[in-house]
Amino acid sequence: MVLSLMLLVVDHRFHHLQHLRSTLAFLTYPLHYIADLPFTATSWLNETASSRDTLLAQNRDLRDKNLHLRAELQKYESLQAENMRLRDLVDSSFKVGDRVLVAELSSVDLDPYKQQVIINKGSASGAFEGQPVLDAHAVMGQVINVTPFSSIVLLITDTSHALPVQVLRNGLRTIAVGTGRISELKLPYLPTNSDIVEGDLLVTSGLGGKFPPGYPVATVTRIDRSPDAPFSSVLAQPRAHLDRSREVLLVWTVPNQLPVTPREPEPAEEADPAPEPAAETESVTEPAAVPETPRESET
Amino acid sequence: MSEPGDGRLAILVTLCVAMLLMILPMPEWARPFRPHWVTLVLLYWAIALPHRVGVGSGFMAGIVLDVLTGTLLGQHALGLSVVTFIAIQLHQRIRVFPFWQQSLGILVLLVIEQLLALWVMGATRGVTPGLVYWTVPLIGAVLWPWIFVTLRKVRRHFKVI
Repeated sequence: MVLSLMLLVVDHRFHHLQHLRSTLAFLTYPLHYIADLPFTATSWLNETASSRDTLLAQNRDLRDKNLHLRAELQKYESLQAENMRLRDLVDSSFKVGDRVLVAELSSVDLDPYKQQVIINKGSASGAFEGQPVLDAHAVMGQVINVTPFSSIVLLITDTSHALPVQVLRNGLRTIAVGTGRISELKLPYLPTNSDIVEGDLLVTSGLGGKFPPGYPVATVTRIDRSPDAPFSSVLAQPRAHLDRSREVLLVWTVPNQLPVTPREPEPAEEADPAPEPAAETESVTEPAAVPETPRESET
Repeated sequence: MSEPGDGRLAILVTLCVAMLLMILPMPEWARPFRPHWVTLVLLYWAIALPHRVGVGSGFMAGIVLDVLTGTLLGQHALGLSVVTFIAIQLHQRIRVFPFWQQSLGILVLLVIEQLLALWVMGATRGVTPGLVYWTVPLIGAVLWPWIFVTLRKVRRHFKVI
């Protein structure tokens, strides 16, 4: 009992136990795998048994969407080029370009009072602790524990997670803290007179050094300004589909670039629909050996 | 069929099944109601075979469960070791109770475990769960007779002593 109390304190205060946890998590990986098996099997069955027509229709839809997205991308690229040119003019250019890797959520239930999920990519694919995780819409969270074949992602709505953000409209910087509810973030450090309105989009500010700047995070949904309180209470709704997404993106930002490249032969993936190498958009070649920054997300 | 006394495998397998049940995906509304399978199975073995399954086993199972469900390392371990300790102290009395009295005893143990977990969550600034949190021991106590009978069958079939 004393031992478990000690463990509790040590695990909460320091992070020496990460190795122990990773080793144990690796040993219990088979259990996670078995728990995920029914879901994987059904999705595999679905895929094999779906008719040719459905596949064709889906294919057509996807091709249409791809075309649309490409058109959007062209606009974006020209804007980016223009932005870089302007930044060059004021001598503050920086390198844009993040490397991403698609991972899939395992359908495994963790503790219901913590906002965590398990994904099927681990250190064998180059994932590391503190790595940002996105879905197709916005920032989801960060990796807190890696084993060779899986890793645990702490969502931005967990109570122990805080994320430096910025209001897109005017650049107002603040911190978004999780509330423990999957559809709510709070911004507790905004003075009552700060310029923020409902519907404002919050994006990552990149200040903690952990998340790349400029990714959307949440939309402000409710603002309570009471005249006697020093801070207004602001609630925001995450843009990421935290409880619905099945595929997520692991991101390597440029300054945190890992020298390792993802090795491709992935075991235990029969029902993975998307081939991974196609997901890498831009490979950045400079292997900057920057040591990992300490965890800034613990409030 | 194994020889009498060689039941380590049976105990391990039942514990593993219980752990699987703890992480098996469930619909969102049902997640807070999930009974603590591992506690129930461990309590059965502690009451039936106190010389085989003790506080140490409870602690180890708790650590594995912590890693499995991503809680703070030691949260489940604390609860499980305390609960197995009490169960071993009281095992001779609990064994002769009728089912409904056993369930009441188990309910108290489950509430103690839940309370310890709540303290840990509170001390580490976790989420404060609502009243739903306290239905988990109730569900566990209702399930107890069935778990007891099933595991007794397992124990007799594999002659675990």
